[in-house]
Amino acid sequence: MGRLIYLDNNATTQMAPEVLDAITKAEPVVYGNASSMHTFGREASKLVEDSRNNIAALLDCDPAELIFTSGASEANNTVFMIAASIIRKRGGGRIVTTTIEHPCIMESVKYLRTQGIAIDQAPVDRDGRVNLAKLEALMGPDVVMVSVMTGNNETGSVQPVKTISAMAHKYGALMHTDATQAIGKLEVSCRDWDLDYLSCSGHKFYGPKGVGVLYARKGVPYEPFVHGGEQEHGRRAGTYNTIGIYGTGIAAKLAKENIAEESARLWEMREKLRNGILNSIPDVTVNGCAERENCLPGTLDVSFANVEGESILLMLDMHGIAVSTGSACATGSLEPSYVLLACGLDVELAHGSIRFSFGRFNTMEDVDYVLEVLPPVISRLRAISTR
Amino acid sequence: MDSFMAQWVYTDTVKDHFMNPRNIWNKDEDWTPDAVGEVGSLACGDQMRVGIKVKDDHVSDIRWLTYGCASAIASTSMMSELVKGMSLKEAYNITPDMITEALGGLPEHKFHCSVLGDKALRAAIDDYLEKNGMDNPYKKSVAKILCECKGVTDQMIEHLVATDQAKTLEDLERLTGFGTGCGKCRARIAHEFEEMRHIHGK
Repeated sequence: MGRLIYLDNNATTQMAPEVLDAITKAEPVVYGNASSMHTFGREASKLVEDSRNNIAALLDCDPAELIFTSGASEANNTVFMIAASIIRKRGGGRIVTTTIEHPCIMESVKYLRTQGIAIDQAPVDRDGRVNLAKLEALMGPDVVMVSVMTGNNETGSVQPVKTISAMAHKYGALMHTDATQAIGKLEVSCRDWDLDYLSCSGHKFYGPKGVGVLYARKGVPYEPFVHGGEQEHGRRAGTYNTIGIYGTGIAAKLAKENIAEESARLWEMREKLRNGILNSIPDVTVNGCAERENCLPGTLDVSFANVEGESILLMLDMHGIAVSTGSACATGSLEPSYVLLACGLDVELAHGSIRFSFGRFNTMEDVDYVLEVLPPVISRLRAISTR
Repeated sequence: MDSFMAQWVYTDTVKDHFMNPRNIWNKDEDWTPDAVGEVGSLACGDQMRVGIKVKDDHVSDIRWLTYGCASAIASTSMMSELVKGMSLKEAYNITPDMITEALGGLPEHKFHCSVLGDKALRAAIDDYLEKNGMDNPYKKSVAKILCECKGVTDQMIEHLVATDQAKTLEDLERLTGFGTGCGKCRARIAHEFEEMRHIHGK
């Protein structure tokens, strides 16, 4: 196998060596159930609590406000079930969210609608950012919760969460954000943003897979999604994934230390690739935002006219470059990316979209290599295309 | 069912035809077809155009262009290889299964990509016969009956979709009466209808 370049860091990241090192050393020793009272249990519990402290420092909240879950999907599901439960108990009310949330929210919305829960979805503008006027038009005293993601996994567009949080509270609604893609790339603050709930997941910032974190502000309505033991003070049952949680804590510590430097580096690579593509390939549309402050720094989503995304993905894969696409063909459905369509992108261009997402282990040489391989790939596919 | 990703494996033949497609319709080449067929649309994510030359009722040469995924490209490429030298009748009766088999198989969810290839070829043959004022004896012979009670064929559905007479499944039911007998064909026809809408870019 020749050169391999991983540019799919929004899907998941490689574990940081520091994380891998820490968990492999701890794993054979700390095997107790973190809920047990004996020495073995207490050792495990200590790792869990150390991790909680590190994550609280990263998210700017109290450690007691954090609940470990199996991932961001579970954290998001939990929050939506809580909001639905409030609505049922009150005998009315609404949830307001957007048209570009992650599938774990989009599908929760669909499911809850089948259960009679009223949910409205605010549209986004061409740059993938929520239209604040249209969002506010959906607000009212009956809104129980507003949920708007921090940064979009596909376009990389970042939402004005702090502003939206203030809007939600003005109407007496709770505020939730799915910050999964933003952690370690943007300064995320539960306190400053005045959040009620936040979801994220360790594997997006170089931690192990299988650990999510749900922040629930002290005193907000809460119901467990997974019922059972008394873990997390009855807020989430199930034996602690001690090693995973420990690794997530190490990753959180690294994320906090490196955030400024890391974001600058990601943005530099992203911009070099964006400029390189625009300079070497005609008929290209860059999706999402243009301004640094409204972008996840390592995400670049591009549409190539007259070529289909899965072909590009596979041809790049043959050259050892891993990316993702919003094309329908890659998902097994007939519809291309709902996120790109929600941004008002032409269906044809949505079929030809490719997402490059950079991470800690990418280098400028990776960008050079992509810029060497990509233009001939596109012109080759265009040469055999009907257009 | 296997997981989606477990099926995400292309055979070496598919990869070969994707990376080195045969009989491409090179825009610079001086090549004039006797007839052309086109199916699909950019909006649907795949579109194919096939040009053929005909000599003594045989496909003597073929060129194609495809906008689509790797399966679509490989399927058209393989179809173009299979069809060269075939009689028009043989060519008209090429099935997606034959293309898929020659490719060593396609992932299950990619099967419809190979459907487009043979449809584009048939459209080209239809075009050839029409241009030359010839009878089209093949059209009827390859029609598959999908609703036995009302005698509804795949070609009737295709025609109604392509000509915008059936925009919804309800239109189709009104026009053909499918499913009003035993009702066994409903799922099959709904699937065929969606497939045809996709192929014709509706």
